[in-house]
Amino acid sequence: MKGGGPWPIYGLKRIYRASSKGQTLPLQHALPPLDDLVACPQCDTLHHAGNLPDNARAHCQRCGIVLMTSQPAAMARILSLALTAFIMMIAAVSFPFLTLDAGGLHNATSVIDAVLAFNEGLAIPLAIAVAFFIMVIPLIRLAALIYALGPLVREAPARPGARKAFGLAERLRPWSMAEIFIVGVTVALIKVAGLAAVTIGPAFWAFAGVVIITVLKDQLICRYSIWEALEQSAA
Amino acid sequence: MQVFDLGSTGTVSGLITAREAGLVACQRCGQVHRQDASYCKRCDGALQSRDTESLQKVWAWLIAGMIAYIPANVYPMLLTSTLVERSESTIIGGVWELIHHGSIGIAIIVFVASVMIPMGKFVAIIYLAVTVQQRSGAHQHGRHKAYEIVEFIGRWSMIDVFVVAILSALVQLNTIATINPGIAAVSFALSVIFTMLSAQSFDARLIWDADRTAG
Ligand SMILES: [Zn+2]
Ligand SMILES: [Zn+2]
Repeated sequence: MKGGGPWPIYGLKRIYRASSKGQTLPLQHALPPLDDLVACPQCDTLHHAGNLPDNARAHCQRCGIVLMTSQPAAMARILSLALTAFIMMIAAVSFPFLTLDAGGLHNATSVIDAVLAFNEGLAIPLAIAVAFFIMVIPLIRLAALIYALGPLVREAPARPGARKAFGLAERLRPWSMAEIFIVGVTVALIKVAGLAAVTIGPAFWAFAGVVIITVLKDQLICRYSIWEALEQSAA
Repeated sequence: MQVFDLGSTGTVSGLITAREAGLVACQRCGQVHRQDASYCKRCDGALQSRDTESLQKVWAWLIAGMIAYIPANVYPMLLTSTLVERSESTIIGGVWELIHHGSIGIAIIVFVASVMIPMGKFVAIIYLAVTVQQRSGAHQHGRHKAYEIVEFIGRWSMIDVFVVAILSALVQLNTIATINPGIAAVSFALSVIFTMLSAQSFDARLIWDADRTAG
């Protein structure tokens, strides 16, 4: 990809557009090669894509969303963060999360218990949904990312279905709600604080760790460059 | 971190969209194609210049979300039984309880997540859908803000469902105290899911198209 002009990425102006008698004609011959263009997913504005310097971000000129980021060794960092988060997530769902003591009675709760709390009648579909939002979807996203990016980091050819896996990880992004769950836990802790003594277990910290790592990892993801790398390694 | 911001947002005139250039862009990866392409050569996603059924899907999911929000407020969210009493609390009831216990900060979090965000989201989606349908140019800034709210803040309403899940799992102390989920927890979760689907059905490009047709 060739950068052009003073900026590595810039919006295409109407210079590229020809009109005759008020009619707009598609003028492909005036446009740069299609592979040098990138369109904003949010507002469809065309930009000329060039190579960004390290640690840079390119925003859409029209709506302002981030179109590309470039961070050194982003792919390897994303992969190692995803692997760490995956392992911590397994720990977070299996160890005790919160322990409650009141009047001589004791109740230790893991994340799985929180999910199984909805175990009657109409509440069962809700239990399934909660399990998906806080465990299953985060784990699927991590696994899909590891599967898709693993070979790219080693500069090996992409695995079959790598593009489907990365597409799935991106599509599931809004449905992964681990960070919302952690805030929910805090609210719940304060609600029962007057009723009983609550102890925070190791899984709580593992879960909080997963949330922080996921945020860091998602910030490193530059869709444009990952899709480009996936395309190139598949060919 | 170096930030490339070329021109202030929303005010740059003269920029050209893929559609105007007679091209079709992939919303997943940004790759641009000739208009006759139906699959993205880079990511294999389906290509569509504009989702023409977008607004229909938005309205359908939104109405489902609003209907589910009614029982979520009428029926109890939590069923609490202790040695001395059995009580049921609705969303608003739960907020009052927190205020009475002096946890004003938490009361605000729950109120914002369970009442203000869902209501704000309904209003924001209706406003977006109506002004985009009318291709009204008068609301550009408000529309961009509304889209941001709908897109990034809507999921946070799920907090209350998680609070109910944790409380029900944690407070199971036989006769001393037990907490169980009420029917409202199910309808509230459905309402959040439906409004998220409504927001995701919105083809954001229509919002910016409406800006430019207005000139
Ligand atoms: Zn844009
Ligand atoms: Zn694509």
